[in-house]
Amino acid sequence: MSPDKLVYMANQIGKFFAHQGHDKTVAGVADHLARFWDPRMRDAIIAHLEAGGDELDPCVREAVVKLLAAQHNAGANSKSS
Amino acid sequence: MSLVHEVDYGTPRSRAAKTVTLTIDGHAVTVPEDTSIMRAAMEMGTQIPKLCATDMVEAFGSCRLCLVEIEGRPGTPASCTTPVAAGMAVRTQTDRLKRLRKGVMELYISDHPLDCLTCAANGDCELQDMAGAVGLRDVRYGYQGAKHPDPGKDESNPYFTYDPSKCIVCSRCVRACEEVQGTFALTIAGRGFDSVVSPGMEEAFLSSECVSCGACVQACPTATLTEKSVIQIGTPEHSVVTTCAYCGVGCSFKAEMRGDEVVRMVPYKDGKANRGHSCVKGRFAWGYATHRERILKPMMRERIADPWREVSWEEAIARTASEFKRIQAKYGRRSIGGITSSRCTNEETFLVQKLIRAGFGNNNVDTCARVCHSPTGYGLGTAFGTSAGTQDFDSIEHSDVVMLIGANPTDAHPVFASRMKKRLRAGARLIVIDPRRIDLVRTPHVEAAYHLPLLPGTNVAVLTALAHVVVAEGLVNEAFVRERCDWDEFQDWAAFVAEPRNSPEAVAKISGVPAEAIRGAARLYATGGNAAIYYGLGVTEHSQGTTAVMAIANLAMATGNLGRPGVGVNPLRGQNNVQGSCDMGSFPHELSGYRHISGDATRALFEAAWGVSLDREPGLRIPNMLDAAIDGSFKGIYIQGEDILQSDPDTRHVAAGLAAMECVVVQDLFLNETANYAHIFLPGSTFLEKDGTFTNAERRIQRVRKVMQPKSGKADWEITLDIAKAMGFPMHYDHPSQVMDEIARLTPTFAGVSFDKLDALGSIQWPCNEKAPAGTAVMHVNGFVRGKGKFIVTEYIATDERTGPRFPLLLTTGRILSQYNVGAQTRRTENVIWHEEDRLEIHPHDAEQRGIRDGDWVKLASRAGETTLRALITERVAPGVVYTTFHHPGTQANVVTTEYSDWATNCPEYKVTAVQVTPSNGPTEWQERYDELARKSRRIAPFVEAAE
Repeated sequence: MSPDKLVYMANQIGKFFAHQGHDKTVAGVADHLARFWDPRMRDAIIAHLEAGGDELDPCVREAVVKLLAAQHNAGANSKSS
Repeated sequence: MSLVHEVDYGTPRSRAAKTVTLTIDGHAVTVPEDTSIMRAAMEMGTQIPKLCATDMVEAFGSCRLCLVEIEGRPGTPASCTTPVAAGMAVRTQTDRLKRLRKGVMELYISDHPLDCLTCAANGDCELQDMAGAVGLRDVRYGYQGAKHPDPGKDESNPYFTYDPSKCIVCSRCVRACEEVQGTFALTIAGRGFDSVVSPGMEEAFLSSECVSCGACVQACPTATLTEKSVIQIGTPEHSVVTTCAYCGVGCSFKAEMRGDEVVRMVPYKDGKANRGHSCVKGRFAWGYATHRERILKPMMRERIADPWREVSWEEAIARTASEFKRIQAKYGRRSIGGITSSRCTNEETFLVQKLIRAGFGNNNVDTCARVCHSPTGYGLGTAFGTSAGTQDFDSIEHSDVVMLIGANPTDAHPVFASRMKKRLRAGARLIVIDPRRIDLVRTPHVEAAYHLPLLPGTNVAVLTALAHVVVAEGLVNEAFVRERCDWDEFQDWAAFVAEPRNSPEAVAKISGVPAEAIRGAARLYATGGNAAIYYGLGVTEHSQGTTAVMAIANLAMATGNLGRPGVGVNPLRGQNNVQGSCDMGSFPHELSGYRHISGDATRALFEAAWGVSLDREPGLRIPNMLDAAIDGSFKGIYIQGEDILQSDPDTRHVAAGLAAMECVVVQDLFLNETANYAHIFLPGSTFLEKDGTFTNAERRIQRVRKVMQPKSGKADWEITLDIAKAMGFPMHYDHPSQVMDEIARLTPTFAGVSFDKLDALGSIQWPCNEKAPAGTAVMHVNGFVRGKGKFIVTEYIATDERTGPRFPLLLTTGRILSQYNVGAQTRRTENVIWHEEDRLEIHPHDAEQRGIRDGDWVKLASRAGETTLRALITERVAPGVVYTTFHHPGTQANVVTTEYSDWATNCPEYKVTAVQVTPSNGPTEWQERYDELARKSRRIAPFVEAAE
């Protein structure tokens, strides 16, 4: 998936939540990506983050970090179960 | 089977609550006050002879056939115009009345052609019936009357004829056009024997303002206005009540048949969505069902450059399954998906999403609502807890103020528009928020109190400015908000909207709407009584579509305009079953009833019923599928009844996505544009060929009833079952009613729905369950579905699609009355007479600057692509704005629209594209190439019998 398009879409989501302040914006974007983005889209934006995360707005970048952490946790849980 | 006969009570039903008792021919009858004597008699089973009266219009009292005698009153008053009174004693049949009626009929018949045996209305003529009813045996004045002046038949309208020689000047057609349709296209010209029905200024029907809704034809008691299909075929012998397959109004029709041939579609008076009215599409434009271009055999080809090859159903289904399995084996489980159809039934839609989730093993399912009302789902779901309109259509009759935003109902939802106009003529006030001066801004006997012609893309700014006025001027319904909504969230929202940057004065600079107009509209909405919002795709198809829906919800909550008749938030849904396709779990993130796929309990319910594990991850949305195809991770798609190549934005991107897939399966009536990129074509069935249900814009579930066998041999639901079986996930149903039973078992809002109940009640608005066994007309009556209503801050963020020196104009797109979406159906009917091509509306100022004259070919270019079409110079659009429709593949308006989309749902931003318009002398390179591709792609190789 084109990182440029995904970054644009993620930043768009971030702008909607922006007025809610830092913490709620990060949580709101992360939740939206988890609930509405197909796994390959999430993987692609995480890959983009890991490659430097160019053009991701600060709160959106943090949301993608949160998404990555959630994926690690889910992976860890599934391995332990 | 027989014809469904509806009782004509002669005059409309009285709405009075108080009743009165009278006697008619010695029998006591109790009816509401203000009921006519004619209706009261009919309600007890006595039909008083009549000609000018029919219950679709108000009484007129001109034919003098319905005379009665009333004890204690002189004379013989007309029963249609005389209301009942307590204790009144009416006689409907006396020697005097018989004599008078016979005399009246003698006069009518002396001036009427007596060609009954060859008349198209023979056996279906009220004049004929009344001659029998009054015992007419002779006409003292002879049969050679002057007749009406006979200028010959007007056959200009493609669907009905007007024969003035058969007109009895009852004015039913004139009144139907005024009262039911609200177009005022007809009048009676001339006097006495010269009286004739006149469309417009004594024009032909086709060149007049007539919109061909058919109300006049339905009202006509003789053969004066007659469907051409009746003239050609004859009168029908049986009829079946079914639901129209065009827009989201969901009109009920009687499909009147002779054998398995449709003679005509007549609007059904008991239809709760349309109340007996129709538009040119549903009433007349059903000829596509038997059009010569329909594909009736499955077809396949190796490559899209090859000609099609007709094959057996078995071969086509086996190939579909083997290709999808091969792709999944090679590229992974999530490499295929499908699109459900908003033109198909709920049951068919449910089965397609079931096939994808359970048979394909992923959630890559989406539907056309992605590109229209997906922001409604997200926005209203967030604010109220459910993603559907709050009212029924009858609610408009209780509205004092109507706010119409980004919708053009006289073109796109014409039957509901007629009801809206009726209410507006009765005194309700109208606010129109739309970049174009749509017809409702000023139309006969209707004029908007406010028209806010905002610049495309500034909806959120204007809606927030309206809220600013409500808050700043103390117009909030605080009692409602405190009781029904989250008070803390309201306060945050109120503080936000009150900021000076959201004032009308500030927003005027962004939107181009004068501040005073915004203030006036806000005051009217907040203080004008019951205020209802109706909105369309002009709200949703923006990069802030979801935010605009939330802003609408905020306005309604802040003013307390929710939870009772006459108010509410009403999305006007586009396709016949787009509401249903969303309800049925067509979105990739949710199962039927709008329950997220990640919910373990919900998934467990479906897993137990279907006997498989379901993927807990959301799937791809349509634009994501195309991106993933180009990226190489999405390789196969099953598309039921959707033409994404023509309807979705940025056509070249859609084409590239489809071309990148290894197996595209299209199931449709015709070789549509998407089929140019398909490898397998499965012939679909029309709404006349199958059983099922559609759900309209007011959440009303209505039956679709089969009137003929599927012409391809299979209904759409049967094809999906065959694919599922071949994929190794057999689904067993003998009839669509069993699918609805499964939907009801798995979906709380449909828990009480069944075909039996639908047959008994006629229709049901969901939610229908233990709490509301007969359905729910108005939502959120005692509280919101989610609990407390949620106010959401709606920050205006300008779209990134900006005008500039290269592209200085803004393009917005929409529909026209006679055509429907991609035009696959309506282009294959006589409706093309009204709209044979898409045209570009451009303001005279912009046209003059470019040297463009009306009718000139122009090039419409954006950064996404370019096309050519002819210009229509009009002041309906503001300077700087141009508009076109997207009904014709030759134009391909979506070559121009861009990939920008709504932040929450990826609903495309169709309504804002920066463009340039220049004179042109021929088609663009894209159009030429595409025309060549389409021509080649539609080749069908001669059928060759397989060797023994």
